[in-house]
Amino acid sequence: MEQDILLQAQDLTKYFPVTKGLVLQKTVGWVQAVDHVNFTIPRGKTLSLVGESGCGKTTTAKLILRLEQPTTGQVTIDGQDVHAIAGDELKKYHTDVSAVFQDPWSSLSPRMRVRDIISEGLIVNQKVTKNEAYERVDELLVQVGLRAQQSTLYPHEFSGGQRQRLALASALVGNPKLIVLDEPVSALDVSIQAQIMNLLKDLQESYDVGFLLVAHNLATVRYLAHEVAVMYLGEIVEQAETNELYDNTLHPYTKALFSAALTANPDSQREEIILRGEVPSPINPPSGCRFHQRCPYAMDVCSQEIPVRKEMAPNHFVSCHLY
Amino acid sequence: MTTTEEAYKEPVKKIGDIVLDVRDLRTYLYTKWGITKAVDGLNFHVREGETLGIVGESGCGKSMTALSLLRLAPKPAARTVSGQIFLDGEDILERSESEMRFIRGQKISMILQDPMTSLNPVYSVGNQMVEALGMYYDGEDNKSLKGRAVDILRKMGVAAPERRVIDYPHQMSGGMKQRVVGAMAISGTPRVLICDEPTTALDVTIQAQYLRLLKQVQEDTGVAIIFITHDMGVVAKMCDRVLVMYAGKIVETGELRSLFKNPSHPYTKALMASVPSMDHAHVEKLYSIEGQPPALFDLPVGCRFANRCEFAEPRCLEAYPPTYVADDGHTADCWLLEGEGQWKKAADTVA
Repeated sequence: MEQDILLQAQDLTKYFPVTKGLVLQKTVGWVQAVDHVNFTIPRGKTLSLVGESGCGKTTTAKLILRLEQPTTGQVTIDGQDVHAIAGDELKKYHTDVSAVFQDPWSSLSPRMRVRDIISEGLIVNQKVTKNEAYERVDELLVQVGLRAQQSTLYPHEFSGGQRQRLALASALVGNPKLIVLDEPVSALDVSIQAQIMNLLKDLQESYDVGFLLVAHNLATVRYLAHEVAVMYLGEIVEQAETNELYDNTLHPYTKALFSAALTANPDSQREEIILRGEVPSPINPPSGCRFHQRCPYAMDVCSQEIPVRKEMAPNHFVSCHLY
Repeated sequence: MTTTEEAYKEPVKKIGDIVLDVRDLRTYLYTKWGITKAVDGLNFHVREGETLGIVGESGCGKSMTALSLLRLAPKPAARTVSGQIFLDGEDILERSESEMRFIRGQKISMILQDPMTSLNPVYSVGNQMVEALGMYYDGEDNKSLKGRAVDILRKMGVAAPERRVIDYPHQMSGGMKQRVVGAMAISGTPRVLICDEPTTALDVTIQAQYLRLLKQVQEDTGVAIIFITHDMGVVAKMCDRVLVMYAGKIVETGELRSLFKNPSHPYTKALMASVPSMDHAHVEKLYSIEGQPPALFDLPVGCRFANRCEFAEPRCLEAYPPTYVADDGHTADCWLLEGEGQWKKAADTVA
């Protein structure tokens, strides 16, 4: 399948050192937050990372946003390694890639007017005058479902859903190629979630922007994402096109994760697989397959050998000894 | 492996007599903007062994209802201005504050959303539990109270509770902390347990474990559970009966299946339509309710949902609708149900 690839993550790895001692610090171990992860995001499409807390979703997002340096591996956007950029190129990177975070109460400066918050990225990174920038702000406010007259207000004058719209407007200001969405709707009310999800879909179409969606609500992910990667302890264990994955889960972890999600249907006859215990520590992850201690189908080989990534159906990858 | 996971059987529901009966409960907050009617005339009951769900958006009065039941609504702003709360036949609104101390925990208790704010970070889990248990079991020594704490923790599925009791809250994961909070809530063997979004802060897999545990506790003790949430999936999994709240009032109630199959108030319909499903692919756009709920200190005279309702008629703006009851006990407050087949006007409502 020939696709226009926007972002490519190759062998992306991030280990955080665990140190001991105050003055003479010694590294006693490594937190393997993200471990040899590979994925691509086509232009104008959405890839979603799902998994439990501590599985490395947010660290992956931070690596793409240049908020962390990878231990090994690289992220390229339109062929350019984002961690090797410097100088003026960096300004271009910052207009091309932006982010929307979970909590719209802490992501907007309370002391700035809405138009200054939204236009800041434009003024810093591109040569535009303030008036041009404000015009763009008015245009954006209408696109995200607010009114242009609201541009002189302060963030506290908006509700949670409206604030998330503002955060989206400021992410869109430089016509980005990629927006990292870290739990964009989970802090909002159910009825507002639907509004924001619809808005995200509309904006993706009109701006042809790619999304990296980090979320734990599987229904949200099914609605928004084109492709889904399931992460467990820093590794991608299964990855496929959204509907293929939801209709045909292969990895035992994916099965358990999906069965634990509740549907709004009292007669749902889904088999429920409840995992034992909690996610093990990423400091010394289990040998072999990292999931083997909690896996209901674990075999001897699972604790000894690391499973190889296999393509089970077109573009449906899974790392498990069962296949 | 631990016993709870394998060979799990869905507990058998044994629903008994009415434990908690709430009548015309009104809790108002007196603020500088005016009187905020957070809880405005609620009537409901819960039976032994039953789980009652309360759903609605933030600010609709769910949590204020829970706090009113415990008589813990924030003072001096909040006042329960009218109503009766019968717990095992006696009105707890008539009790004095010192009597309430013994009712809370032993008759009615609560699990909150964020386990970290319910636990004291500078005391070990065991110490915090013994403090409460000392009140329930007057005159017992610390050692036997600690033994009780260990037993209750084991009941809540905490692995190796003998070692866990000396741990501090920060040494535990979120799911484990919530189990400890649950253990504290059931340690006084209450008749009613209020759960205010207990699993919202947990991962889905841990949420599934926790919900299963609550069901198990309910089967063992027959406790009545009031489950406050905005997650329709949790409601479908846990509840026997559901109340839908909007702007301080109950707009619809019904048995779980009846409510999901046949939502009758436009707000309930809209709420259900706006939740994406993970069981099928999405081709169409999600339904979304436009606008915001009304401010609770400036409520319209008519139906409180009218300004966001796509079926609103002139009479919806003029007067609050009466309650209509269907044959199976399903009720809804909506003018549109007038003259509709099985719906009859409830006898005791003032239209």
